[in-house]
Amino acid sequence: MVNLISRLCGKISPLSIKDYKNNKGFKALEKVLFKMEPEDIIDEIKNSNLRGRGGAAFPTGLKWSFVASEKNECKYVICNADEGEPGTFKDKILLDGCPFQIIEGMIIAGYAVGAKTGYIYIRGEYPKSRNILTKALDILRNEGYLGKNILGKEFSFDIEIRSGAGAYVCGEETALIESIEGNPGRSRFKPPYPPNQGLWGRPTLVNNVETLANIPIILSIGSKEYKEYGTESSAGTKLLSVSGSIVNKGVYEVEFGITLREVIYDICGGLRDNKKLKFVQLGGSSGACLPKEMLDTKLDFDKLNELDIGLGSGAVFVSNEDTCILDFIKSTMEFFKHESCGKCTPCREGNRHIINIINRIIDGDGTERDLELLNSLALLMKDTSLCGLGQAAPTALITTMKYFSEEYIEHIKGYCKTGSCGKGEF
Amino acid sequence: MDLKKKVLDIIKNKGETPDKLLEILLEVQNKTKGKYLSEEALIIISNELKIPLSKVYGVATFYSMISTKKRGKYLIQICNSSPCYLNGGKMVAKTFEKLLNIKVGETTKDNLFTLEYTSCIGACDIAPAIKINDEYYGNLTPEKIKSLLNVLREEEC
Amino acid sequence: MTDIRLNIDGFDITVNPGTTILEACKRLKINIPTLCYHPDQDIKGSCRVCVVEVEGNKNLVASCCTPVKEGMKVKTNTKRVREARKNMLELILANHNGDCLTCVRNGSCELQALCDELNVRNDNLDKVYSKLPIDNSNPSLVRDLSKCIKCGRCIEVCHKVQGVGAIYNVNRSCEMEIRPPLNKNLSDVQCVYCGQCINVCPVGAIYEKDDIEKVWDVLEDENKHVVVQVAPAVRVSLGEEFNLEPGSIITGKIVNYFKKIGFDKVFDTNFTADLTIIEEGNELLYRINNGGKLPMLTSCSPGWIRYIEHFYPELLEHVSTCKSPQQMFGALAKSYYAEKNNINPKDIVVVSIMPCTAKKAEAKREEMNNEGNSDVDIVLTTRELAKMIKESRIQINDLEEEKFDDPFGISTGAAVIFGASGGVMEAALRTVYEVVTKNELENIDLKEVRGLKDIKEAKVKVGDLNVKVAVANGLNNAKVLLDLIKEGKADYHFIEIMCCPGGCIGGGGQPIPGTNDIKEKRVKGIYNADSKAKIRKSHKNPAVVELYKEFLIKPLGEKSHKLLHTHYKDRS
Repeated sequence: MVNLISRLCGKISPLSIKDYKNNKGFKALEKVLFKMEPEDIIDEIKNSNLRGRGGAAFPTGLKWSFVASEKNECKYVICNADEGEPGTFKDKILLDGCPFQIIEGMIIAGYAVGAKTGYIYIRGEYPKSRNILTKALDILRNEGYLGKNILGKEFSFDIEIRSGAGAYVCGEETALIESIEGNPGRSRFKPPYPPNQGLWGRPTLVNNVETLANIPIILSIGSKEYKEYGTESSAGTKLLSVSGSIVNKGVYEVEFGITLREVIYDICGGLRDNKKLKFVQLGGSSGACLPKEMLDTKLDFDKLNELDIGLGSGAVFVSNEDTCILDFIKSTMEFFKHESCGKCTPCREGNRHIINIINRIIDGDGTERDLELLNSLALLMKDTSLCGLGQAAPTALITTMKYFSEEYIEHIKGYCKTGSCGKGEF
Repeated sequence: MDLKKKVLDIIKNKGETPDKLLEILLEVQNKTKGKYLSEEALIIISNELKIPLSKVYGVATFYSMISTKKRGKYLIQICNSSPCYLNGGKMVAKTFEKLLNIKVGETTKDNLFTLEYTSCIGACDIAPAIKINDEYYGNLTPEKIKSLLNVLREEEC
Repeated sequence: MTDIRLNIDGFDITVNPGTTILEACKRLKINIPTLCYHPDQDIKGSCRVCVVEVEGNKNLVASCCTPVKEGMKVKTNTKRVREARKNMLELILANHNGDCLTCVRNGSCELQALCDELNVRNDNLDKVYSKLPIDNSNPSLVRDLSKCIKCGRCIEVCHKVQGVGAIYNVNRSCEMEIRPPLNKNLSDVQCVYCGQCINVCPVGAIYEKDDIEKVWDVLEDENKHVVVQVAPAVRVSLGEEFNLEPGSIITGKIVNYFKKIGFDKVFDTNFTADLTIIEEGNELLYRINNGGKLPMLTSCSPGWIRYIEHFYPELLEHVSTCKSPQQMFGALAKSYYAEKNNINPKDIVVVSIMPCTAKKAEAKREEMNNEGNSDVDIVLTTRELAKMIKESRIQINDLEEEKFDDPFGISTGAAVIFGASGGVMEAALRTVYEVVTKNELENIDLKEVRGLKDIKEAKVKVGDLNVKVAVANGLNNAKVLLDLIKEGKADYHFIEIMCCPGGCIGGGGQPIPGTNDIKEKRVKGIYNADSKAKIRKSHKNPAVVELYKEFLIKPLGEKSHKLLHTHYKDRS
């Protein structure tokens, strides 16, 4: 465990600007405003190898440079605080623990890419975090960190908060943009990408909360020192949200390169009641389910990429042997069925057919043919869905059919070793 | 205060541009008894923002936190995402259904409680968890749920 | 910008930047299947039927919304692509009420055609569509959600083209439906019944209310004297239903057909189009000379009338009080014609063949009657007429041309152009010019107001007066002019508004498909008919002259007011 990005969370009073400044808060902003040109800032972010922490892991500096190079009077910076990935609660820790750090990151981003307006899109399920943010913005306006001529410089930037209202898909950047525009949050096709045509068709930078929280740190300590954290391909740290059948659930900041085994057994104290581990789902409901044989997998973008696994939001869900895979997949697919925006065919229609088939198998009416159908539906969704939601929705299904195929077969034969999928039980 | 004035005040406060639609819908719902959007409220919003009613309704029905159906004073939202579901979430729903004698999606006859499912509320560290209005409650057991409901009911008396 | 070179299925091609893969494929004559795509609409990228393989991409890409890139290698016909398309259609079929054999779109359904073309033969998935109650709450349109495939074309046309917004996506995920708000029926919302949603619907989820059987019934009723009128736009489009080129004119064959199946008289709505010009032209002059409300707005398009009644009732005084040609026809058939032939108006049945779905609702308006006899009794769309013809087994293409009956069978070129946007304006000006100046108008073609352009303007010198006119087609374009009027910035004398894009040739009752390409051809057909007409000015129509002499006495006179003019209602 390290304390780099989350160093102030829980240590200072979140709305005390004095506390924040006493702990090097706004040093990065002062540095960039008075000593750096926007290009230098972007170079520094590029040099840090920072990659987006929301799930897609796109190089942050590169994204910034796309927005910066657009010639447009009006650009936007959006902080994606629509943390909806099940099992993920790390942005909440940052938002509640140190809102100023995220806002500082946004102001720097605005300065670097040439935007005057920012939005924080926060999920509706976090009303308290929204209140904290509202207060934080008011304080910063009073202190001259937001508004016209920030710190006396010829740079103006202000931020508006927008609430989500219970739509997971709005974590997808184009759906989020649609939502800010006052529409149902249905994803747009890409290209055009938001850095070229985003909010109201203007160049728009969308960064995750955790990504933005990294910015002041990188600019304070410099990209060189920052890169000492993590691995060659994955610089810095990651906040992991660990939940499930584990002794110590919570959010932990770790360096890239750590293994799942270390996270689970060294940091989180292993499984509760000394139960055996069945699988770990990495990256939330849209992530892969990995069997215990893969616990030594290192959390590193390149290593995971080789295995065709994503780190996603950094959610680590640990399941013990009491879990029935089919029951778990059913609940996962119910989630996606509930959250699909309904725009593209595979995602709108695919989820419910998968659920129907899983139910059939659980009820003991499944056949080998159903497994083929599951396979082809999952593949179709992954291969053809319009946005990340539909593409990732069948990941858990695909990986469990790969690593736990025997359990599907057992169910077709009318047998569940855990007994937990039975109807009407709890 | 009559509905129209209330809605107009909210619109004035949030801004009259079409992009504020979702913010306005949420705020009107928050300030409406029964935590929902009535047909009348939707029509006023449509007229004021000059957005077709069909779209206002489309936005309202897209977002799961918005309801066009009256809800109880206490909106109990049960998380059914994996970390809660596999940590007793099913038990939580069953217990509430039994104690309140309603199904998820329904409201008690006294208009006190509404049961709903919600996607992850970011309280996975205290799974199984629920939200009642803006408050989170976690590590739930049948006993805890029972006493929680008792406390809420007593507050009403 | 430099050209982009790419390779599709082994063939090199060079295209402009911004070209989509779909468009590039078209250039190579590769016909990528599409479903949500419509040539006259925004790209939606939602059905995912047009997927192709792009080298280096993990997933398949939708070719409709993916721009080409330099060096791109595209494969459109691999096993992976073919299976994805088939599986996609299977998903759509599972949520589609596939009663194809009894569906109104049997034979003209895009989904049906695709399933055939892509060789979809499996039916592995559970049927998940729900048979919801069909919305047939109004006289014009029927909506059947069990057929809807959620492509969103109807929403786009309703919101973006017509500015009406009667329907939208409700709910999300697999519960998403396209419907009016608050579980209401179309009759309870601000739908204008234009039927443009029908024209873009790829399947049978929206269609006109079927009134064919009513016509067969009255034709068999010996006590009824059944007359039929045919609108101008029908004659240039009906042929499309019988494999003729769009714009082919088959007026004489239609007349012959009607005589064959037993109509007592076969008349032409063009006759009352000429009459409309006389009444409306005189109304315009009256307004100009007597300080009446200007600009005057045309009133022959019932979708447009419903629109202004719903959305701009404060401007209703601008609308001409003239009934539409359809209604004028009905009113005269049951008065002048009845008297002349000594038939009890109660025994006359007026059937109209219209390119329009809103005409069905117009005929049902309370005020459209004379002494309790509704002007028009049954309205069929062009598509319904085609169905009737097919049902009767008469081969229309083989019929000889015949002439309309007297007295309502004589008409001018000015009447036929009513069928295209700008036509009413051009026809009116041909007449107004000559009525005012008493001089012969030499160059009678007013080309500025022709064509599919959104809003057209022209200035015409009529004697001492510079008449300024505007023409809009499609209600969102009408809105632009209405807002100008509201702001006091519309210094026009006369504005023609047609509800449907392109005018009546693009009406909601016309053959499907009716893309802009096809509409252009229909427009051409209309102006061809005009240029070939012996008489091209409404006031020169001898039957109209006779009608005034014998019956109406004078334009805007007492009889006209009773029979040919109407009033409107604030529906906001």
